[in-house]
Amino acid sequence: MVELLRLRKDETHSEAAVTVEAFLGRTNAGAVRIEPGEDGRELIPHLDRIRLVEVNFPVFGDGRGYSAARILREAGFTGEIRAVGDVLVDQIAYMRRCGFDAFAPDTPLNADDAKNALERWGEVYQPTTDGRRPIWAQRHE
Amino acid sequence: MYQYDKFDQQMVDTRVAEFRDQVERRLAGKLTEDQFKPLRLMNGLYLQLHAYMLRVAIPYGTLSGAQMHVLADIADKYDRGYGHFTTRQNIQYNWIKLAEAPDLLEDLAKAEMHAIQTSGNCIRNISSDHFAGAAADEVADPRPYAELLRQWSSFHPEFSYLPRKFKFAVIASEEDRAAMRLHDIGIRIVKNDAGELGAAFYVGGGMGRTPMIAPLVRDFVPLDQLVTYAEACLRVYNRYGRRDNKYKARIKILVHELGKEEYTRQVEEEFALLLEQNIEPPIAELERIKMFFGDPAYDQDASSEIDRSDPDFALWVDTNTKAHKQPGYVSAVISLKPVGGIPGDATTAQMHLMGDLAARYSFDEARVTHTQNIVLPHVKISDLHALWTELDAAGLGTANLDQIGDIIACPGLDYCSLANARSIPIAQQISERFAKNGKGDTLGELKLKISGCINACGHHHAGHIGILGVDRKGVENYQLSLGGSEAEDTSLAKITGPGFDEAGIVDAVETAADVYLAAREGEERFIDTYRRIGMAPFKEALYG
Repeated sequence: MVELLRLRKDETHSEAAVTVEAFLGRTNAGAVRIEPGEDGRELIPHLDRIRLVEVNFPVFGDGRGYSAARILREAGFTGEIRAVGDVLVDQIAYMRRCGFDAFAPDTPLNADDAKNALERWGEVYQPTTDGRRPIWAQRHE
Repeated sequence: MYQYDKFDQQMVDTRVAEFRDQVERRLAGKLTEDQFKPLRLMNGLYLQLHAYMLRVAIPYGTLSGAQMHVLADIADKYDRGYGHFTTRQNIQYNWIKLAEAPDLLEDLAKAEMHAIQTSGNCIRNISSDHFAGAAADEVADPRPYAELLRQWSSFHPEFSYLPRKFKFAVIASEEDRAAMRLHDIGIRIVKNDAGELGAAFYVGGGMGRTPMIAPLVRDFVPLDQLVTYAEACLRVYNRYGRRDNKYKARIKILVHELGKEEYTRQVEEEFALLLEQNIEPPIAELERIKMFFGDPAYDQDASSEIDRSDPDFALWVDTNTKAHKQPGYVSAVISLKPVGGIPGDATTAQMHLMGDLAARYSFDEARVTHTQNIVLPHVKISDLHALWTELDAAGLGTANLDQIGDIIACPGLDYCSLANARSIPIAQQISERFAKNGKGDTLGELKLKISGCINACGHHHAGHIGILGVDRKGVENYQLSLGGSEAEDTSLAKITGPGFDEAGIVDAVETAADVYLAAREGEERFIDTYRRIGMAPFKEALYG
């Protein structure tokens, strides 16, 4: 079982994430956690000094975190975006497309199931910041 | 008709494999029912009162005769020999076994069909005008735009865990045959003064317990920004739609609470940012899709003459066929509302027959209407008598389109775990009553819609006459409402007063119909008379 699945090669950032409010109130934190309902856009002016953004999913059905991650990637963030909380193996492929590159669920992932989930979809209909060429682009090469 | 290429096929096949894996993990106990539920829902599988129900998508309501045959085969192989066509232009099967569901999906995939996103809090099957491509009044065929949006919304990584379900409708004419403004997003393809096509976006409509008519949010989105604009609309909703209360989670509540202006401002802001992300498919992709929706090879010499000597046939032609843009052709509507029948149900044999008739008389194409009927869109007028003869022999020749017998009804308490009351028996009794008293034809257009609970799957808010079944201290009770419309003159029905019991509601409908017959002037339809004379005379007759 995997406690932390990371799809990046840099060193794991071990600093404890602070809340968005705490982050905006101090200048030296490098890790911040976004809760559902918080506006990830508030972090955009500070992206150059953030190394880790945790996006919390208190319940897996609350999909606000997908937008939060994608917005940060669209704004050019290259640090780690880690999904934490009620994160299930059947969600991680979409999460990765939205810009998540680390997963630390409450219940550890089965490594084989996670690998299957991430490798299952060979093609995609929509472009995101993950760089995959959508089907429509391949149709008109 | 649209045909899958290798990519579309691969996506659907992958989904079948994924769902097979998920079902295996569920049956092995590796997934809890709570964890499995959203996964099965995104594949159209509901747990109902007696069994699993599977809902198959029929994108924008268009299918081939061959696909109709596959739907018939599925009814035989996995269900009890019938299927139920729904108000979302889909078909549902009511007696499905979980372990067999992956095989069923595999059978569908072989015929370029699927059940993807037919339920769950995601973007659902996109509906459209059932006369698309045949109607004389459209500025373009709306289905290529719906297909573009189908692909964009399928497996969308950001919008698969929305606050609530999300429904699109796309039309392209002023006459609205798809209840466009009662959708989360209604799109009307329009032509601007320069003659260019674009999309008018109406956002925040819906039925349910808080019915709302969608306001116009943008009157013209250029076609090369269609997907980007939709993405902006959805992102604002995904971020700010309410998640604290399931009954306030639809986008209509967000638009209502923010106000149309503020919602629009947020969408436009998001839209400006998303334009920089270059997520829009090229116009060449839209052109590729449009190629599939060209006109069939019409007989340019087709005659418009018709032998009306058989009065039953003449009545069916007058009631159940619609003018076509091509001279010598009509669109023919097959009523799935026989007297006393279950609205929208079709047997295996009837589906096979409709598949055959689509092949023989309508360039192998059929449509499902949101009113739970089937359309053969391109029928030669000279073939109508032969078509009608076969339909009539199979119990599919009922001449009641848009009349009081053409009832929309949800499955109600006979099947649905959410329902408070039965809908089907009420529909059957009303249909029988008006067949017996012979008033159906006299009444003309009268749209009657029945929901078995406040979720309004039977569109009762939009019925000229609407019926809502409620549970009153353990007894089924039916509220009557009048004055709704789902057409371009969209309006929401108003409740007449205290509800009725099962026998009482059938009488009440007849009473309301009689008030109209006594008061109507000239060519007025029920809804016109109601709008002119108001609720008072109806109340007086019902409760006075």
